[in-house]
Amino acid sequence: MMEKVRLILDDVMQGNIIILEKGLSPEEQSLLIEKTMFEIAPDGFSGIEMETYSREFMKEKQGFFGKMFGKKSGSGGRLTVIGPADQMKTIKKESDFISAWVQSR
Amino acid sequence: MGFLIKTKKKISKYLKAIFSKKQTKIGIYGPPNAGKTTLSNRIVRDWTGDVVGPVSEIPHETRRARRKEGIEIKDDSGHSLTIDIVDTPGVTTKIDYKEFIEYGIEKEEAIRRAREATEGVAEAMHWLREDIDGVIYMLDATQDPFTQVNIMLVGIIESRSLPILIVANKTDLPDAAPKRINSAFPQHPVIAISGLDGTNVEKLYKEMLKVFG
Repeated sequence: MMEKVRLILDDVMQGNIIILEKGLSPEEQSLLIEKTMFEIAPDGFSGIEMETYSREFMKEKQGFFGKMFGKKSGSGGRLTVIGPADQMKTIKKESDFISAWVQSR
Repeated sequence: MGFLIKTKKKISKYLKAIFSKKQTKIGIYGPPNAGKTTLSNRIVRDWTGDVVGPVSEIPHETRRARRKEGIEIKDDSGHSLTIDIVDTPGVTTKIDYKEFIEYGIEKEEAIRRAREATEGVAEAMHWLREDIDGVIYMLDATQDPFTQVNIMLVGIIESRSLPILIVANKTDLPDAAPKRINSAFPQHPVIAISGLDGTNVEKLYKEMLKVFG
């Protein structure tokens, strides 16, 4: 878990935007916030912006047969977008799309 | 006979050690400026006459978790609950010292505040995973509750199977819409209060006895 969080954070600190198809578990999200706080520096990295589609929404998208015969999504059954807070800002999030403002370095 | 009494005492001591619950640690969590310290101060003042910490309009006024131990909350029918209240810094995923400068704070002081706030948030997240027995999740009823931080934090609390009580604060303000909070988190009890003027705080204490007792 620690390795995964570290990998994400290192990538985001380099200015990359990460899209996780299987998302993060609540425990991983909590650890990611904790580790992010230790990396914040004046005039440097100021934190992360993160948006997640809920698992409930993904279930809705699966439909009846998907739910009956599809793979179990488990804790990772959601999509998460993570980026540097100074380069990414979520403008609008609805049930099936995220619109974000992104600035390249 | 003496042997029997000694054995009885020993058994009673072991049973107490096994079944007696330690003091419940209730963390007050939520985004910055939701009124966490105002509520902590009110709870502590109502039941002990003391206060927890200063309040301010500047975000991250509480930059270190503050704990007040051994607060006994009672209701009219004699039910009581002894808790430790942990007032935590507002949880966020980003902190920029320039935000403090906008409130007229000097750069050096703003950098110091930002550093303390990051340490406080990290500590609050760590405690949530390791050291908290129940959560009062505090929201500003004038703000949109469907934010990533709120949904994520409630998810983290649910994953730890901790009892949770959601408080829709600032009902004294004209823009307050506590029903929005009810519809955002229908799976949890929501109490609408004003931490500032004390409206509905008695109802909150009753709900705390029910949820954390």
